[in-house]
This record gives sequence, C-alpha cells and structure tokens, in this order.
Amino acid sequence: MSVAGINVLVEETRARQAAAAGKLLSVRGVSAYYGSVAALREVDVEVGEGEIVTLIGANGAGKSTLMMTIFGSPQARTGRIAFAGEDITRLPTHAIARLGIAQSPEGRRVFPRMSVQENLQMGASLHGGRHFAQDLERVCALFPRLKERLQQRAGTMSGGEQQMLAIARALMSRPRLLLFDEPSLGLAPLVVKQIFGAIRDLNRREGMTIFLVEQNAYHALKLAHRGYVLVNGRVTMSGTGRALLDDPAVKAAYLEGGLVEASDIVEAKG
Amino acid sequence: MADAMREGTARGAGLAEILRDAGLYALVTLGLCIPIVSYRTDLSQTSALDLTPRWGVVAGLCGAIFALRLVQRMVLLRRDARRALTPAPRQATEAVDATPNAGQRISGLALPLFLGAALALPLVAALASGGLGPARYWIDLGILILTYVMLGWGLNIVVGLAGLLDLGYVAFYAVGAYTYALLATTFGLSFWLCLPLAGLAAALWGMLLGFPVLRLRGDYLAIVTLAFGEIIRLVLINWVDLTGGSAGISSIPRATFFGIPFTAGPNGFAATFGLSFDAMHRNVFLYYLILALALITNGVTLRLRRLPIGRAWEALREDEIACRSLGINTTTTKLTAFALGAMFGGFAGSFFAVRQGFISPESFNFLESAIILAIVVLGGMGSQVGVAVAAIAMVGGPELLRNLGFLKAVFGEGFDPNEYRLLLFGLAMVAMMVWRPRGLISVRMPSVALTQRRGVSGALVREGHG
Repeated sequence: MSVAGINVLVEETRARQAAAAGKLLSVRGVSAYYGSVAALREVDVEVGEGEIVTLIGANGAGKSTLMMTIFGSPQARTGRIAFAGEDITRLPTHAIARLGIAQSPEGRRVFPRMSVQENLQMGASLHGGRHFAQDLERVCALFPRLKERLQQRAGTMSGGEQQMLAIARALMSRPRLLLFDEPSLGLAPLVVKQIFGAIRDLNRREGMTIFLVEQNAYHALKLAHRGYVLVNGRVTMSGTGRALLDDPAVKAAYLEGGLVEASDIVEAKG
Repeated sequence: MADAMREGTARGAGLAEILRDAGLYALVTLGLCIPIVSYRTDLSQTSALDLTPRWGVVAGLCGAIFALRLVQRMVLLRRDARRALTPAPRQATEAVDATPNAGQRISGLALPLFLGAALALPLVAALASGGLGPARYWIDLGILILTYVMLGWGLNIVVGLAGLLDLGYVAFYAVGAYTYALLATTFGLSFWLCLPLAGLAAALWGMLLGFPVLRLRGDYLAIVTLAFGEIIRLVLINWVDLTGGSAGISSIPRATFFGIPFTAGPNGFAATFGLSFDAMHRNVFLYYLILALALITNGVTLRLRRLPIGRAWEALREDEIACRSLGINTTTTKLTAFALGAMFGGFAGSFFAVRQGFISPESFNFLESAIILAIVVLGGMGSQVGVAVAAIAMVGGPELLRNLGFLKAVFGEGFDPNEYRLLLFGLAMVAMMVWRPRGLISVRMPSVALTQRRGVSGALVREGHG
C-alpha cells in the first residue's frame, strides 16, 4: 500500500474518532486560496453535537471563506473537512447540503421574486416536501412574523424579515448543523437581539448544532459555548465564549475597539 | 400675500425652465436635421449631385418638436400639481394589497379569451371573408403567430424561468426542422414519428450546449449561445452532403391528417370525410396542429412551474449560490432547462419544415433568435400570457402596417408604410423600455398559495443578482 493510501486510512480513522468524540464537524489543517492568495492557513475548527460555536474576526480575516470552504466552494487546497465522520472536503456544494448542513448565507440571499412560502419550499426541496406542513408550523412558531407574510414576495420584506426567512429556509431542510454567516449584518439592534434570541432558542430547545460567523463579537461570544478568533486566515485563539469575552486581547481588538480612548491604549501599552 | 407672490415666482421659474427645456429639444432636433434633412440630394442630368436646401422643412420640424415638448411639459406640470394636492392613497404598498388591480383582472380573463379567439379564428376568418380560400391570409398569419408563440413559450423556460440568457435559440428550431426534413426525405418516416425524434434531437443539442456553458451567466452566456446559434447555421450551410448547403432541402413530405393526405384523389382527406376538396383544408389542419403544439408547450410549462424542478429553475434565476447551498444540483437544473426549452424549439422546427415543405439555412439566422428573445423580454420574463401578447404584437404588428393604406393620403402616393416597419418597431421598443421596463406583464403569480393568490408587481422587487 502506498504512503498516500496509508495517509488516507489514517485520516479516515481520525475523522471517525472525531465523530465518535461527539464532533459533528471537524475542520483540520484547512488552507484555502483565491487564485494564489491564501485566505485560510491551516485552520483547525471543531463543532460538537449540540454546541453553539462562533468564529469572530475582523473584516477580511477569512470568516466567510471558512464558511464557504466548509460548503465546498472554494474547496480546501489542503487539510480535511469531515461532517458526521464523513469526508466532505471534495464534495460539491449541493452534495454537502444533502448530508445535513444548512446555511443562512451572508447577505441573506433569499429569492427576491418568490413568495415567502416558495422560499421555504425551496428550503424543503431536499425532502421533496414530505413534512412541509409540519416544518412550516415549526419555523412559523420560531418567527411568527413570517406567518403573516407567507404570500408576500421575499424581496419586498425588510432586512430583518429577510434574515428570518433565510434562517427559516435553512431550517426547512431539517439540518443537523446550521451555519450562520453574519446574521446581524445591517440590522437594527432590536432585530439583532431577536435573531440571536431565535438562535439561542434553536440550540437550547431543539438541541440544534450551530456554527456562527459573526463580526458582532459581543453578542456572538455571549451566546456561544465556544469560540475561535480568526486573524489573517489563522486561528489565533480559542476557548469558551466566557473566557474569550474576558480575554483582554479580544476585548481590545473586537469588543471595545471603537470605544476605547486613544490615551487608554497608550497606557495599556506602556 | 408674500406666499402668493412666492408661488407666482415659482410658477414663473417653472415656465422659464420649461421654455428652456423645449428650446433645448428644438436645438437637438436642429442638430439632427442638419445632416439628414436640410439638403435634399438629387442626381442632375449631368450626373452631378444637386443640393436643394430645405430649411423650411427643418424650421417646421424644430417648431413642431418645440411645441410638442412644451405641451407635454405643461400637461405633466398640471398633473404633478394635481397629484401633489391629492396624494395617492396606495403609493408604496400598491401591489402588495390583496385586491387585484385592473391589469391582473384582465390577465386572469386573458387565457380563456385567447384560447377562444385562437380556436375560432379559422371559422371567423372564413365567415368574414366568405370562404376558406379568401381566408387564407388570416389563417396563414395565425399559423405564423402561433409558431412564434410556441417558440416564445419554449424559450421562456430557458430565459424567463431559469434566467439563462440564450441568444442562439434558433439553433434548436433549425435542428428540429432539419431532423424532420432529413428523416422524412431519406427514410420516408411520417411526421408523427419524426416529431418526437426532432424534439429529442433538439433536446440532445440543448444538453450539448448546456455542458460547456454551465459556469457562465448573463452576458458571457449570451455570447456563447449566440456563437452556438451561428455555428449550427454555418454547419448547415457548409455540410453540403447532408444538408444540401444553402440550397436547403426541398420537397419535404407535406403534413397528412394522421396518414390521410390532403389531396383531391379518392383517398384524400376531403373524399374520406365526404367534403368537397379544398386546398385550404391542409392549412386549417396546420393551424390547429400548431395551436395544439403551442398549448402543449404552455401546459407543460405551467405544470412544471408547480413541480420541484420548475421551482428550482426559478430559484436558480433568483440566486444560484443560495440554490446550491439548499442542496439543489444546479448542473442538472440548468441542463434540464436547456434540454426542455430546446425540445419545444425542435417541435416548432419540425412543424416549420412540414408546413413550408422547403427549408434552408436562411430561415435560421440570428434575427430569428433576436425576435424570439424580444418576444420573451417584451412579454415580461416568465409570463405565459405576456409572451403570447408580445408574439402577436411582434409578428402581427408588421402585418398591420401593410393595411395602413390611408397613410398614403396623408404622406402622398409614394409613401409605403412597410418601409417604416423597423423604425416603428424601434420606436415601440423604446417606448416599452421607458414605460414597462419589465415587460408587458411583469406580475408574477406564486406557484403555490395557502389561501388566495396575490401577484406582486416586478417593479417593486430588485432583480436577482449573480
């Protein structure tokens, strides 16, 4: 057997072990490139069953790239991504979705000219709409606003409502893992609170496993069991949400950055 | 007092602005007239060019434009003033409300109305012009329009539903026509056997086109499909052994009534059904044949829109990335759209061949693709009724011009309205793009609804990106 073959075997065993240890999603040593520009370097991230894990970082740190790499576009150049013990590194996006990962994408990406109901049907298309009525009930309970607007065109709704729809649409496929890419983007504080409340409910009540990419570090870390900090495509820090919230470096960089007086920073350095 | 004065000055300023605007229009007209109208060129006896100045005409044109613009602005000003006084009650929420507006009510009635008119056309035409023979013009026109309705509906699957801009649709029309022509002339197969074969062949070519362009969208896709259409045409011209080159294929077997030929003999259609022979029977049959084919296209499209595949097409048009992340295989979704659209193009093509009895590459040039695409876009992408209306306007409209004899009385004997066809066409297109930029019928009805359906005007929703 060739070395490569053994490596594959070893990697497969590892993936199985990760799954056995309750890791639903494991990203190991993943690097991704746009052309020749590295967007992710050797990233290791794990999400266990029933956890909320968040990834925070500045603009351009590679947060969304990691999210999209998990979904197979762009594909990881090195490393391995496993979901429920299965290697998904080289699978096309739609095949990954079929394994039970759903996404509330960055910028929401609802189908603007289709009605809310049709959007939800698109989310349920994996199951051919077998339990559509039941799932519709479920997401409408989570977001009562959507129930009022089932016949409205998605593109005519407010940003907050579209975000709710994006989440609801993702839920319609009954995923085992739900990815959120910046759900708070461009929303009013009150709506952000509502969205984060819904994410918390999903996890606490239904045990949904959630991987959350967010710029709004405070909200995300408060919500999450564990968190990772991404800087220039590398994971520089990880820990429980609480620990990261209290970490002075995280505080300085992502939490109070805009609020801290210039003199304070000088003092802190001195 | 001061208020009244301010109002007066405001109105004065408005008037001055309007005058300036109208003056600008007149100036532009003058600029345009100088190279085109101001001198008339005639060949004199010595074969030199005689220049006759026509500044009077130029002045008249500029004055007319000035006056027209002035009146238009005045009318608009008064309308705006009136609107400012009484704000429209349903401004922003206009199309979201539940009660259908007049347009929607009409479009609800339109389908049965169209269907009735289409079914009755040969009868009405025959009665109105006194016999089948004299009604030939109307029936042939009906066949022509219905062919384009069918082509429009076929392309609507690709462009309107799946959002894949296809500028080479005529290629599938050609594939269908040549498939029938070759099978019928070489192997003597009947039309009814060839029809599905032609559809299959066209669908196959649709898939072949689909594979290389899977990753393309928008402008890039348009260019590649345009090239594809031209390639097919050039192959048809140059593969002389198979297709007869630009001479085309002639003496293609004519349509039969399910095996009974439309001839005067004892085994002909007329004799079999105890009618007196009339050459027009074939045309009437062709008319109902294309009507049936078009209705099948429509029925299949409407049905598919309610099925997962149809919804996947529409979702693909809206947002391809979101589609993929919902587990939809965009590759098969695109290929089925191309294949199905092409299949209906192929059906229409074989109908064209059986109707004409002669085909050549000339019939499948880019202009045809452009007309079919214009029908889809004018009709409002994705709207079946809109496409039918647009096909009638685009194909029937030019025919209307033939009958505008009274214009000769206005513009003199030498005036031929047919020569102004393309000009009028261009004007109509520009007007459409100004007033109805999303097509005649831009309201999209959801394919599913719990209680009642509400259409929402396309104007209120941004276009899908990507």
